[in-house]
Amino acid sequence: MNQRIQQAYEKRPKDWVYNLITAVIVVGLLIWSGSAVETSGSTQDGGQIALNVLSGIFHPDLSFLFDLSTKGVPYLMLETVCIAFLGTIVGAIISIPLAFISASNLTPLPIAFIGRLIIMAARTIPAFVYGLMFIRVTGPGAFAGLLTMGVCSIGMISKMYIEAIEDLDTRVIESLDAAGCNTWQKIRYGILPQLMPNFASTAIYRFDINLRDATILGMVGAGGFGAPLIFAMNSYRWNEAGALLAGLIVLILIIEFISTRIRVKLTRG
Amino acid sequence: MNLTFYDKIFKPREYVLPNGKKAYKKASRAPIYAILILAMSALSVKITGFDMEVLVSRIGQFFVILGEMFPPNADYMPKIWEPLFDTIKMSLLGSVVGALLSVPFAMLASTNVCPSKIIVSVMRVMFSLIRTLPTIVIALVATLVFGLGTLAGTVAIAVFSFGYIGKLTYEEIETVDMGAFEAMQAMGATRSEAFISAIVPQVLPFYLSNCLFNFEGNVRYAAVLGYVGAGGIGLILNEKISWREYPSVGMILVALFVTVFIIETVSRALRKKLV
Repeated sequence: MNQRIQQAYEKRPKDWVYNLITAVIVVGLLIWSGSAVETSGSTQDGGQIALNVLSGIFHPDLSFLFDLSTKGVPYLMLETVCIAFLGTIVGAIISIPLAFISASNLTPLPIAFIGRLIIMAARTIPAFVYGLMFIRVTGPGAFAGLLTMGVCSIGMISKMYIEAIEDLDTRVIESLDAAGCNTWQKIRYGILPQLMPNFASTAIYRFDINLRDATILGMVGAGGFGAPLIFAMNSYRWNEAGALLAGLIVLILIIEFISTRIRVKLTRG
Repeated sequence: MNLTFYDKIFKPREYVLPNGKKAYKKASRAPIYAILILAMSALSVKITGFDMEVLVSRIGQFFVILGEMFPPNADYMPKIWEPLFDTIKMSLLGSVVGALLSVPFAMLASTNVCPSKIIVSVMRVMFSLIRTLPTIVIALVATLVFGLGTLAGTVAIAVFSFGYIGKLTYEEIETVDMGAFEAMQAMGATRSEAFISAIVPQVLPFYLSNCLFNFEGNVRYAAVLGYVGAGGIGLILNEKISWREYPSVGMILVALFVTVFIIETVSRALRKKLV
């Protein structure tokens, strides 16, 4: 018995050369990346600023936090939720045809490759560039924000949709075919039940992310709580920023809780 | 058969099978969901001022800037290299630092490794609070604390990676097979020895794969961080946009696209090997 263990131990894969090379590459990359760390050095009171930030976040401006008019935190949060909601829907709708074009089990390879290239290109352009483009279309405001959000969501949503489509169990469709169903019945009873939970779950997950990313829209004036937050922080009004962040944290935790529950229900059927 | 409130209002449909037994099919819930989604959409349309007419009639304006970006200004390329590499370096260093720092905290946040329930819940609350902070806000605070430059961006990316990797890692540690751990302990190994040789090998591939995925995303995120002065390619992107030099913007975007494409391809190949 002991001899067999000894033999097995002797036969263990000896890949230290491979490990060494990997380690050298990783350490080399890290040292190389360390060369980029630089600051302008204007940090005479960095610690003081950090303290101010913290105290502002823990002492939010309460009158702003509970202001129920259209300038208060609750309305800004509602606007953000609406932007994220419609943005996700727009993104999900645009993603469906893109995903079907790029799914390699449905379309010929060259077309699928072009589809994937389009999705990647759409994903590379940063959100604020889209924001600027859409502000030309609609003028500044929440409308531009939701369109930006929609276009930014395409990348991730269509990627997940492609995976769902490629995982389709085609035997179900074959057996429906054998049972004499027509094309629409095959789509309704063979394809939709397989895709719907997946699609819905992806959209809800993306809604979660969009809510977090909504700050970026504020930078270009595309609605939501982003603009007031950036203004407050740039002018060192930490109490206001604290109120906005407090509202955001509560909102995101609530939405995350709800969306996780729905998604768990969707995946378990 | 248990009937919920909904089933009492909308009665389940009854089928009599050939053998005389009755089967019930509950009424579909789809109408409720449809109504909820429609109501939410209607509210959103009202608040955001969504207008299909404007969209259809003015969508051409969207392509004006896009059209001006082509052809991209290739002469600008030599000036892109440095900020581009800065962006990659920022996201690489930030991802690694964040990912390494998150490991001990992730261990404390998993119920099967950490015996104290209080520590576990404190750690989890900390992780979810960090994840709710938008990256751009972290970057803005970092530029105020550390001054403008890539250090601020690196810190912002490290904080984001810390929250993201930490959460995925503690979820991974919790789903691990504890049999090997218990066997090691029964053989007389200490808890930390058992952790290293029983749990680490199970978690490591997923951990590395998550790190790579996080790095991929961070390269794209880092491009935005320049907007608040946190260094990298976002800085020149923002500058060129405000000067309306769209051909140069086009070149920056092309460079970014190629970089992201290369990094994603390499990282996907590595991740396939890992898991």
